[in-house]
Amino acid sequence: MTMAEGDLAVAQIAFVRRAGIAPQPPPVAMAGAIGWLRQNLFSTPFNIALTVIIALLLAWVIPGIVNFLLIDAVWTGADRDACRDVVQHREVGACWPFVWDRLNYFIYGSYPIPQRWRVDIFFAMLAIGVVWLLWLNAPRRDLGSVYFFIVLPVSAFILLHGWAAAGLLPVDTNLWGGVLVTIVVASVGIVFSLPVGILLALGRRSHMPAVRLFSTLFIEFVRGVPLITVLFMASVMLPLFVPEQLEPDKLLRALVGIALFASAYMAEVVRAGLQAIPKGQFEGAMAVGLSYSQRMRLVILPQALKVTIPNIVNTTIGLFKDTTLVFIVGIFDLLNTIEVSRIDPKWAAPVTSATGYAVAAIFYLTFCYAMSRYARAIEARLAKSDQR
Amino acid sequence: MSTDLSAGSAPARVAFYNDPRIRSIGYQIALCAVIVVLVYGAVTNAIEHLQRAHIASGFGFWNNNAGFDIGQTLIEYSSQSSTYGRAFWVGLLNTLLVAGIGIVFATVLGFVIGISRLSKNWLLSKTAGGYVETIRNIPLLLQLLFWYNAVLKALPDMRDSIAVPGGAFLNNRGLFLPLPIFKTGFGAVEIALVVGVIGFIVFAIWARKRQEQTGRQAPVVSVSLALVIALPLAVLALERFPLGFEFPQAGRFNITGGIEVLPEFAALLFGLSIYTAAFIAEVVRAGILAVSSGQVEAAYSLGLRPRPTLRLIVVPQAMRVIIPPLTSQYLNLTKNSTLAVAIGYPDLVQVFTGTVLNQTGQAVEVVAITMLVYLTISLVTSLLMNIYNSRIALVER
Repeated sequence: MTMAEGDLAVAQIAFVRRAGIAPQPPPVAMAGAIGWLRQNLFSTPFNIALTVIIALLLAWVIPGIVNFLLIDAVWTGADRDACRDVVQHREVGACWPFVWDRLNYFIYGSYPIPQRWRVDIFFAMLAIGVVWLLWLNAPRRDLGSVYFFIVLPVSAFILLHGWAAAGLLPVDTNLWGGVLVTIVVASVGIVFSLPVGILLALGRRSHMPAVRLFSTLFIEFVRGVPLITVLFMASVMLPLFVPEQLEPDKLLRALVGIALFASAYMAEVVRAGLQAIPKGQFEGAMAVGLSYSQRMRLVILPQALKVTIPNIVNTTIGLFKDTTLVFIVGIFDLLNTIEVSRIDPKWAAPVTSATGYAVAAIFYLTFCYAMSRYARAIEARLAKSDQR
Repeated sequence: MSTDLSAGSAPARVAFYNDPRIRSIGYQIALCAVIVVLVYGAVTNAIEHLQRAHIASGFGFWNNNAGFDIGQTLIEYSSQSSTYGRAFWVGLLNTLLVAGIGIVFATVLGFVIGISRLSKNWLLSKTAGGYVETIRNIPLLLQLLFWYNAVLKALPDMRDSIAVPGGAFLNNRGLFLPLPIFKTGFGAVEIALVVGVIGFIVFAIWARKRQEQTGRQAPVVSVSLALVIALPLAVLALERFPLGFEFPQAGRFNITGGIEVLPEFAALLFGLSIYTAAFIAEVVRAGILAVSSGQVEAAYSLGLRPRPTLRLIVVPQAMRVIIPPLTSQYLNLTKNSTLAVAIGYPDLVQVFTGTVLNQTGQAVEVVAITMLVYLTISLVTSLLMNIYNSRIALVER
């Protein structure tokens, strides 16, 4: 375009807009709720088909669950007749009166009723310990770990098992049950496996061949076999290996099995953390003249454990779920108390089993989901501290 | 104290108990001594206990008559004439059967859900996420009991069996499927299948070599489908379908004929597959996310289309990250199949560590054999895994 032509073009324009036009809203189909739907649910024919299939699936599953747990559920009643469809002449959902009736059994097992306040105190003490340890901004967290790993186990043992000198009636472990046993097994697993796991992990990375050999053998052996066989070993072989007068009771055998199993898994988690520490940290600690235990205690482990917190919590979730396996060696954990109650003639009805399992599922789901959210929050926090 | 650090000065003398080398030897001797004492104590106690209880030791029981029935046997077994050793093999095969089928199901389901979690479809990815979060956080044992007691045992009984389209029946005693019967002439189909598979392998190797040399691609997928599926089908048609089915017949009290799938087996298979699939989904998701988006962008900028990008760029790199944790999930599934004991499926633990241990009382031997079996499976798998890993490991400069 030459100059003259350009001038001519300008000269012929009769109107020049000087004010800007207000921006138009984007087309309705591209923004807002409709745009979001189009983009996320109905972008291609394949996506439309997927959306429809999933929506149908959800429309089938979710109302079924809600109906069972709430709408068709029975809320009051004295015995099984309240929850039987042949008696009630209607679709019957979850049988909640069964749960109310058995709730104390689910929580305490057969623990003597006048002594149950001791269990409540144990739960409260444990809750304090857990919060102290997991809340990273809590005051005096060093005292917290002393409390959790030393004070709590000793006082819990005295409290739950009884100590005649302190006026606490001894309660045989055969009477323990329900949530109490689930929590005891899980917490013994944690309290034992973390320190032992750290030792095993250090042992596996040690320069001493004998220490390395035994640590590796133990870890690989335990990780290579199923938990049930470890529990079987603990429950049928342990009594053979110890002198008659020291024969452990059933719960203690299961606890030994769980503790050994958990330590091997914890050891591998800690080892991964140790491997993530750059060599310079070891060498730096050596260069300032720290001894082995000082190097580990003051320099290496604080860093290694910090980066492994999410994995430690994930291992704990696994351990918490695995505690259900003590059911197989005849310990009355939560799942076993539910198993026993659901075939109790007083409440046996077609929906009782599903109700009991729903209660157990909600219990495990709540705890495990809370733990996994915590692990994720810690991960996010660690990632933030790594950002430059 | 001398501060002379000249080269010739002798190192300061250290007391022998402060010498790191001597210390470490001391620690190791102490550790060995503790372990020897523990093992010695355990063994003497065990011998004493066993003698007092008059329990035989050694593996003599292996050839004794078992005398109990097993619900599902893949090899010939009878309570009168079979030995404990035979019972062990029956149990082991049942374990391998449920683990093998479970691995296939869990892999398929896990890959579908893992890829769904990364889908751009909001509903699909949220549903897959909900599945993973729910299933992972409920103990497997609870899920197995649910499938067995609340679902399969709640099915109608024999008389009101549900007739599934295709000639199968479903009731609280199991699933009854038609049994395929191979008539004479089916051997030709089997030969065709073997030939097809061999031909496919040869063709794939040739196509790969040619592509590396000349860059020309061969239609591997269509040729392999033709060889592996169409060829046997054609032979099947030529032989005029030498294949029949024995359909289960519903009687008044029983169903005869067909294959019977035990409800215990079905519950264990469902439970294991659904549970492990949630973990495999996470493995797959992490593996795909591990391939950086720069790889995909680079492939697009080279002019590759989405599908070849996925096949040639994303999947091979993701598999490198996926395979090791995937294997450990397979091992977990195999180890978790021991939970069969809770619902009574006759796997190795239920048959051997349960019934045989109770009948013979030889806890040490029986538990040791069981552990050895699982240990062997684990070690062999991790050995193969290490070999595979060293083959596919990233070759860096």
